[in-house]
Amino acid sequence: MKLTALFASAAMVLGLATGAVAQDKTKIGFVYVGPVGDGGWTYEHDQARQAVVAEFGDKVETVFVESVPEGPDSERVMTQMALNGADLIFTTSFGYMDSTINVAKKFPNVKFEHATGYKTAPNVSVYSARFYEGRAVQGHIAGRMTKSNIVGYIGSYPIPEVIRGINSAYIHAKKVNPDVQFKIVWAYTWFDPAKEADAAKVLIEQGADVILQHTDSTAPQAAAKAAGNVITFGQASDMSEYAPSPRVSSIIDNWAPYYIARTQAVMDGTWESVNTWDGIGAGMVGIGEISDAVPAEIKAEALALKDSIAAGDYHPFTGPIRKQDGSAWLAEGEVADDGTLAGMNFYVEGIEGDIPN
Amino acid sequence: MIVLERRPQPSRNWALATPLVAVLATMVFGGLLFAVLGKNPVEAIRTIFWDPLFGEFAFYYRPQLLVKGAPLVLIAIGLSLGFKAGVWNIGAEGQYIMGALAGAGVGLAFYPLDAWYVFPLMVIGGALGGWAWAMIPAILKVRFGTNEILVSLMLVYVAEQLLASMSLGLMRNPEGHGFPGSRNLNDYAAATSWINQNAGLHWGVAAALIAVIFAYVLLNRHMLGFHIRLTGEAPRAARFAGVNPARLILFCLGISGALAGLAGLFEVAGPAGQVSIDFNIGYGFTAIIVAFLGRLHPLGILLAGGLMALTYIGGEIAQSQLGLPAAAIQVFQGMLLFFLLALDLLTHFRIRLRKREVA
Repeated sequence: MKLTALFASAAMVLGLATGAVAQDKTKIGFVYVGPVGDGGWTYEHDQARQAVVAEFGDKVETVFVESVPEGPDSERVMTQMALNGADLIFTTSFGYMDSTINVAKKFPNVKFEHATGYKTAPNVSVYSARFYEGRAVQGHIAGRMTKSNIVGYIGSYPIPEVIRGINSAYIHAKKVNPDVQFKIVWAYTWFDPAKEADAAKVLIEQGADVILQHTDSTAPQAAAKAAGNVITFGQASDMSEYAPSPRVSSIIDNWAPYYIARTQAVMDGTWESVNTWDGIGAGMVGIGEISDAVPAEIKAEALALKDSIAAGDYHPFTGPIRKQDGSAWLAEGEVADDGTLAGMNFYVEGIEGDIPN
Repeated sequence: MIVLERRPQPSRNWALATPLVAVLATMVFGGLLFAVLGKNPVEAIRTIFWDPLFGEFAFYYRPQLLVKGAPLVLIAIGLSLGFKAGVWNIGAEGQYIMGALAGAGVGLAFYPLDAWYVFPLMVIGGALGGWAWAMIPAILKVRFGTNEILVSLMLVYVAEQLLASMSLGLMRNPEGHGFPGSRNLNDYAAATSWINQNAGLHWGVAAALIAVIFAYVLLNRHMLGFHIRLTGEAPRAARFAGVNPARLILFCLGISGALAGLAGLFEVAGPAGQVSIDFNIGYGFTAIIVAFLGRLHPLGILLAGGLMALTYIGGEIAQSQLGLPAAAIQVFQGMLLFFLLALDLLTHFRIRLRKREVA
C-alpha cells in the first residue's frame, strides 16, 4: 500500500500549502452555466472575473467551475466553494436561484451574488442588466436597414427577460419603419450552435434580412454570413470576428465594473444585500461599435438614441403603448415601471403570434 | 509479432480484472493529460479520487455521492437486464424525463393537500410514466420490427420538448413571476423524496439498493433471469428452450423504462426539487456507461455508479481548486469507458508473441 501512503503524504503537504496561502486573500468563486469559451454569456462573466484579478492582483484569488447544470449540481458546486473558504460567490444563471438561496442559508458569512434572479436574502444580492435598452438601439438599426421588412428574432426561452427584448426591439423598429414585421423562432436553449444555426436558416428562408438573437453562440452570425445580404448583432459579447458584416453592432454585457465594486465592498466590509438593475448609463450594457455596413446617417441616429437612454432622457418603454390584444398599457408619455418590466409576459401591439406556454 | 488468439472460453479473471486495470490506466493517462495542461498530476488524481472520500470536507461529499450515484445505479440496473438479452434501450434519458413529469404532475395536482398517500401515488406515476414511454419502442419493435435503438433515442428529444412545454405551461409555478419551472416540491412536505437531506438519503437511494438486490436474485435464481441471459448468449438455444422473444422484449424495455422513470421521479421530488427546462442532465446516457463499466452485473453496477459519481464530484473539485477545464474532466471520464472497452479484448482474446515467419 505504498501508493496510498504516497497519496496521503502528498495530500497533507498540499493541504497545508493551500491552507497557508488562503489566509489574507479575498476568495471569490464563479459558477458558470456554459463553457468559458462560449463566446457569449459565460465568456463575458469570465472576462469580468479576469478584470477583478487584474484590478486587485494578489489580494484576490478567484476560482470557477464551468458548464454547471442548474439544479442539485450547482448547489454542490456552490457548497464546495463555500467550504473551501470563498468569501464571495457569483452564480451567473437564472436557474441557480433556488440553489443559491439554499446554500446561502447554510453559510451566513459568505456573500452571494445571483445574476438575473429575484430572490434575495441578507447575504444574497441579485443583479441584472437592462438589456432592453440595447435592444431599442438594435431595433432602430434593424427597422432602418431591412429591405424585406422582415426581421427574424431567435428567442431562447419565453421568459420576461427575452420577451422584454423582443418588445423593445419591435417598438423601435416600428417607429422608424411602419411596415416592419417580426418573425420569432424559439430555440429553447441558451447555447446550442446547431439549433441556433437552424433557427437562423429558417428565418432567412422566410425572407428575414435582419437577424436578432437572444442566444449566446456565434452560429447565427455564421449562417447569416453564408446566406449573404443579411445583417446580425452580436449577443452578450461583441462577436466582432463577424464585423463589419453580417455583424453590424452588438449588445455587450459588461459585468466588470459591478464585480470589481462588489469585491471591493467585501474587502471593505461594506457589502450588503442589494437589487441592482443597471443599463447603458451605468456601463453594464455596452453597445458594440456600429460598423461601416450601416450608413452614417442611421449610425448617427442610433448613437443619439443610445446617448439619450444613457443620460436618462428617454425610456425605451414610453407610452402610448398598447398590449398585443389591443388593451391599453401605457398612456401618452407614461413610462413602464420596473415591476411590470421584470415580470413581462405579453407582447406589445403589432407583434404577431403567441408567446408559447 | 503480436497476435491475438481467441480464447475458447472468455477469461473469468480478466472479466473481473479489466475494470480495475481500466481505472488504473485512466489514472495514468489522465494524469499525463493533466500534466500536459500544466497541473500536478498526483494532486489532480488525488483531488478527484481521494478528496471526496477522505478529504477535509468528506463529511459533505460522501452523502453527495449517494445523491449523484443513486439515479445512475437505478437506471443502469434496468438497462443491464435488456443489454444482457440484446435489447438496446438507449432512450433511458427520455424515460427518466417522462417519469419525472408524470410523478411531479401527480404531486402538483394534489398541491397543497397534506396526505400520506401523495408520495406513493407519485412513485406509481413516475414508474408508469417511464414504463409507458419505453413501451413505444417495445411495441413498435414487437409489432413492426423497428429498431429499438433508434426509436428509443429519438423519443428522448420528444420528451425534452415535452419537458420544456410543461415547464413553461401546464406545470409552471403560478407564483413564479412568469419564469419557467414548477413549484419546488421540497417545499411541499407530502411530496418530497428526501428522507434525510444532510445524509444524502432519499427514496431513490433506497430504491437503487433494492433494485440491485432484486436484479441479483432475478438473474441468479429466477427462470426469467435465465431466459434473459440465454437470449443474449445464444438466441437460437433460447428459442428451443421456449423463450418468447416478444414477451422478453416487452419485459426488458418495460422494466428499464419503469426504473428510469422512478429515478426521474425521485430526482425531481428530491435533489432537483422542481420541473424545469434543463431538468435532465444526462443520467440516462451516463447510466449506459455505468451498466457496461459494471459488466452488466448488479454488484458491479453498484460499484460503477459510485465510481462515476466520484469522478463527477471529484471533477468539480478539481475544476475549482486546480483550475482544470471542464472539458479535461469530460475527457477523463471518456477515457474510463474507452479503456474499459479496449481492455475488454483481453477477456475474449489472448495476446501471444510469435516469431515472424519467413514468407
